[in-house]
Amino acid sequence: MLKLSALTKRYDTGDLALNQVDLEIPDAQVLALIGPSGAGKSTLIRCVNRLVEPTSGSATLNDINLTKLSSRGLRKSRRKMGMIFQEYALVERLTVMENVLSGRLGYVGFWRSYFRKFPKDDIKEAFRLLDRVGLLEMADKRADELSGGQRQRVGICRALIQNPDLLLVDEPTASLDPKTSRQIMRLINELCSERGLTAIINIHDVLLAQMFAQRIVGLANGEVVYDGKPEGLTPEVLTQIYGEEDWTATIEKVDEEDEEE
Amino acid sequence: MSSLSDNRERHYPTVWDKPPFISNSLLRWGIILGAIIYLVAAIASMEINPQRLMEGIPRGQRFIASFFPPNFADNRGVVWDGILESIWMAIISTVAGIALSVPIGLGAARNLAPFWVYITCRSIIAGSRTFPEIILAIFAVKLFGFGPFAGFIALSLGTIGFFAKLLAEDIENSSESQAEAVKATGANWFQWINYAIQPQVMPRMIGLSVYRLDINFRESAVVGIVGGGGIGATLNTAFSRYEFDTAAAILLIIILIVMVLEYASSYLRKWVQ
Ligand SMILES: Nc1ncnc2c1ncn2[C@@H]1O[C@H](COP(=O)(O)OP(=O)(O)OP(=O)(O)O)[C@@H](O)[C@H]1O
Ligand SMILES: [Mg+2]
Repeated sequence: MLKLSALTKRYDTGDLALNQVDLEIPDAQVLALIGPSGAGKSTLIRCVNRLVEPTSGSATLNDINLTKLSSRGLRKSRRKMGMIFQEYALVERLTVMENVLSGRLGYVGFWRSYFRKFPKDDIKEAFRLLDRVGLLEMADKRADELSGGQRQRVGICRALIQNPDLLLVDEPTASLDPKTSRQIMRLINELCSERGLTAIINIHDVLLAQMFAQRIVGLANGEVVYDGKPEGLTPEVLTQIYGEEDWTATIEKVDEEDEEE
Repeated sequence: MSSLSDNRERHYPTVWDKPPFISNSLLRWGIILGAIIYLVAAIASMEINPQRLMEGIPRGQRFIASFFPPNFADNRGVVWDGILESIWMAIISTVAGIALSVPIGLGAARNLAPFWVYITCRSIIAGSRTFPEIILAIFAVKLFGFGPFAGFIALSLGTIGFFAKLLAEDIENSSESQAEAVKATGANWFQWINYAIQPQVMPRMIGLSVYRLDINFRESAVVGIVGGGGIGATLNTAFSRYEFDTAAAILLIIILIVMVLEYASSYLRKWVQ
């Protein structure tokens, strides 16, 4: 279980990006975090794995207070938190396989990783994951030779090979076309339910959020303004999150059956 | 729709100029005028003596003529030794310089190092860059005496200023998101450098290494003149003995080796990309 208590972040520039956020996410829940640009979505998930240091408050994962960890303890906890990025953030000059295996860095020693001599189980798992996302053939390609959708799938493999308890996903589909976006979201969703993963997914596409998440949290100006079921996103709620707009087209019920892979 | 028709009725300017770089026109014209005055004054203060210029021309012709034909035969042993010494000096000083540059360059990258490490490494780089190789060589000769060891020290120190600075800058320009992604996996610092930073900076660093080897070989001819050994020393001896034909042969060999290195480095750079 992930628990945020009064989590607050004020950047050096003075921006209050998160203001006393309280959130409890039970195991195996997929949560979509929506909100306008600058609401603090990225800041929130980065405060969890401390790519951004929170100013005050705490984040607790399975009874470990992440905000109090030493750098060694933090590295150990980061292994249990897989992260997926908007621009994929693959190391472009490394091969697909190296990118996937880099998810195991927290588990192997320096020299092993330096000579790319990962344990047999890790290598097998890497191939299995690549196969799972349909990229087995691409293992030896350089990451910058892949398309956006393929890169994001490699990014997913890198996060999953960490064998995480929690997935932190920052706008996984923002750079992808609508169809690939759905495929990626579906893939993340399937993998989460296969492995019973907890996930926080930042996403701008309200429809996608409704399609794939069990719970929606709306963030505005660093504060939670909605927390509930996807069906609860009425025009009034969306106005509260994003501001005044004609929302009828956005929350039109989508028929999931009519589109195929 | 109404805003569109409004637009059609309004009058918009048809002339547009790029805003000037310095917006204060007084300051702008002041700077331009100042620059012109300086240029005129500088040219006027230069003493060009046409008579000496005319005398210089035939002397130069005689000087150049004495280079021909280049003499590869006499002094062959000495020249060969000098060249080997220079090549050896260039290679060793490049390797040693780069080995020292890597930790200093890592420390001089603002996004990697804490502030006091950053300042220390930047100061070392600035120190090394302040002095050209020839000054470093004069110091080294004073400290270690004549010979290639002094040249080696001078060139190694010179390499640090060049290589560590470019490495640090390349690291600072590397992609932050790639670095963050590897950090988020729980990698330790060395793994992080190896997986996130090294792949981003390696190709350029390989190219720069060969380029630096090329520079160090050329500089070895210069440091030799102040006592740093190598082909420079041989060249200096040839000049002071008025053996201009041997000097010409040495210069031709230097040109040839630099050309080979130039070709090799461009080939290698293409290959690592
Ligand atoms: N590194 C930073 N330094 C200073 N201020 C920042 C930094 N990162 C974000 N902010 C500020 O914090 C606030 C929240 O930013 P954040 O990136 O978390 O928003 P977001 O909800 O992820 O937006 P988007 O949907 O555009 O990604 C913004 O006001 C932003 O200007
Ligand atoms: Mg964001």
